[in-house]
Amino acid sequence: MENKRLELSDGQLKWETIFKRLLIAMSVLLLLIILGVLTTLIIESMPSIKSLGIGYLWGKVWDPVQNIYGAYPFLIGTLLTSFIALIISIPFSYAIAIYLGEYNPKGWLSDLLKNTVELIAAVPSIIYGFWGLFVLVPLVRTLEIKFHILPYGVGIFTASIVLAVMIIPYGASLGITLIRMVPSPLKEGAYALGATRFEVIRNVVMPYTRTGLFAGVLLSLGRALGETMAVTMLIGNTSAIANTFKDLIFGPSNTMASVIANEFTEADHTLYVSALIELGLVLFFVTVIINLIGKRIITRFTNN
Amino acid sequence: MEAKIGTRNVKSLIFKGIVIFFAFLITLPLIIILLYIIKQGVTQVNWHFLTHVPAPPGEKGGGISNALVGSFIMVMLASVVAIPVGMLAGIYLSENPGTKLAYYSGLCVDILQGVPSIVVGIVVYFWVVKPLGGFSAIAGSIALAIMMLPIIIRSTEQTLKLLPDSLKEAALSLGVPYHRVILKVIIPCGFAGILSGITLSIARVIGETAPLLFTALGNNFFSTTLTKPMESLPHVIFTYATSPYDDWHDLAWGASFVLLLFVLTLNIVTKLLTRKWKIQL
Repeated sequence: MENKRLELSDGQLKWETIFKRLLIAMSVLLLLIILGVLTTLIIESMPSIKSLGIGYLWGKVWDPVQNIYGAYPFLIGTLLTSFIALIISIPFSYAIAIYLGEYNPKGWLSDLLKNTVELIAAVPSIIYGFWGLFVLVPLVRTLEIKFHILPYGVGIFTASIVLAVMIIPYGASLGITLIRMVPSPLKEGAYALGATRFEVIRNVVMPYTRTGLFAGVLLSLGRALGETMAVTMLIGNTSAIANTFKDLIFGPSNTMASVIANEFTEADHTLYVSALIELGLVLFFVTVIINLIGKRIITRFTNN
Repeated sequence: MEAKIGTRNVKSLIFKGIVIFFAFLITLPLIIILLYIIKQGVTQVNWHFLTHVPAPPGEKGGGISNALVGSFIMVMLASVVAIPVGMLAGIYLSENPGTKLAYYSGLCVDILQGVPSIVVGIVVYFWVVKPLGGFSAIAGSIALAIMMLPIIIRSTEQTLKLLPDSLKEAALSLGVPYHRVILKVIIPCGFAGILSGITLSIARVIGETAPLLFTALGNNFFSTTLTKPMESLPHVIFTYATSPYDDWHDLAWGASFVLLLFVLTLNIVTKLLTRKWKIQL
């Protein structure tokens, strides 16, 4: 009897060790995935890094037929779409954060708005792209005819609008949490001194949450830079860079993600493929750095 | 100097008006998009649509059965891989905070969450598609599994951290081995929270197109072979939406409606599950 119990606990002990090792193994697996992603991207973009050098990043011509590769048009396209989208989205995400964090934190109306914002994040990007292609593009085209701009319909402007809608939830939901964390004695103190609601928000709530809200903006930017499908469907996919600013904003263009999505399966020689992967590598680095900075700020903010 | 209280109050009210205007304006695009998809899609969906493969351009009828089955298979396969891995990694992170490994894997989860989905597609192309010699459903599932991991890990970690330590200590003091404490006490207690992470991750990846472009590719025919290209709902929408045929656009609207239905249902389920657990996903 005694012996049997001992054996059983030996078996249990074995399982316990196996289980603990399994836990460690899965965490190591995460490290391996990230290292694997990084090494794969670097190795596969080696041919392009070697033969095109750093000048690849500001090469203005992308012509796979002539074997000329320059990433400049896509860098510009990505930066423009993301920043325009960001600028459009900021008033909305700040307004949602202030309204749900400060004016109306409880009740059915605030629940409804909060759920709506979450739904916006839930809708797949392909559906935004599809809707944009069939509803927004014709609308923009009519507007462009009215203002005597070449009526492409697709382009950076259209893509930015849809992108803005898609990234609003990221900044907003973080902002709500942060604004609710503002200690009420601070606000009450300001009210007691006779400040109006607007003054409390501007002089107490905003300065207190500024870094956190900035982190929210960074996270939305990270989303916007890497967003693929909706942008691919709306940007028009032209690798040539427009001459005038007006054509650049309202004419077709390309982003890093959209050129990868469009050309990766068609790329037929090594340099072409690896030039596309180098774009992926750049995209990976930029989004990772932006995300990590954003997360770091949030952790510091919530710990204080 | 200081403005009169009247003007300051008016300023405050104006600001409130602006905030409310912008906060509620955002519901407009969502309502417009949802109504448009429902209007265009609901007339397409019927039994024939759900059980037939797409018709060639120019022919009426046809459906999305290949995409439905394909999405189902790939998401199932991805879940089978991602759920155990994600849960175990999440348990490690919540059980061993402060260790070096936990710090670096936590960092990796953050990185993974920010990786653009198209980059995941490229990487899985080199990991799976090239060695296997062709686009396959397996490759698609692996790409989706990688996308699911961070959400499952974070929800597991956060749920388990909310549980009181006394629960674990009580079980351990009764002489229950560690793995049984975790599997029989801790996980059942945090089950709803973990499940919400799983449903949310499924809702996320079921609409992902970018990682599937270079992995599962797409397939016009009905296929359940895991080593062959497979169609999926988001991919069918992408190909048909960008095609020049009106019949195919109709198919894409129908497919969008079905996809949206799935995503919204999964999100509502998540919502109901997280009501009990105050976790941030």
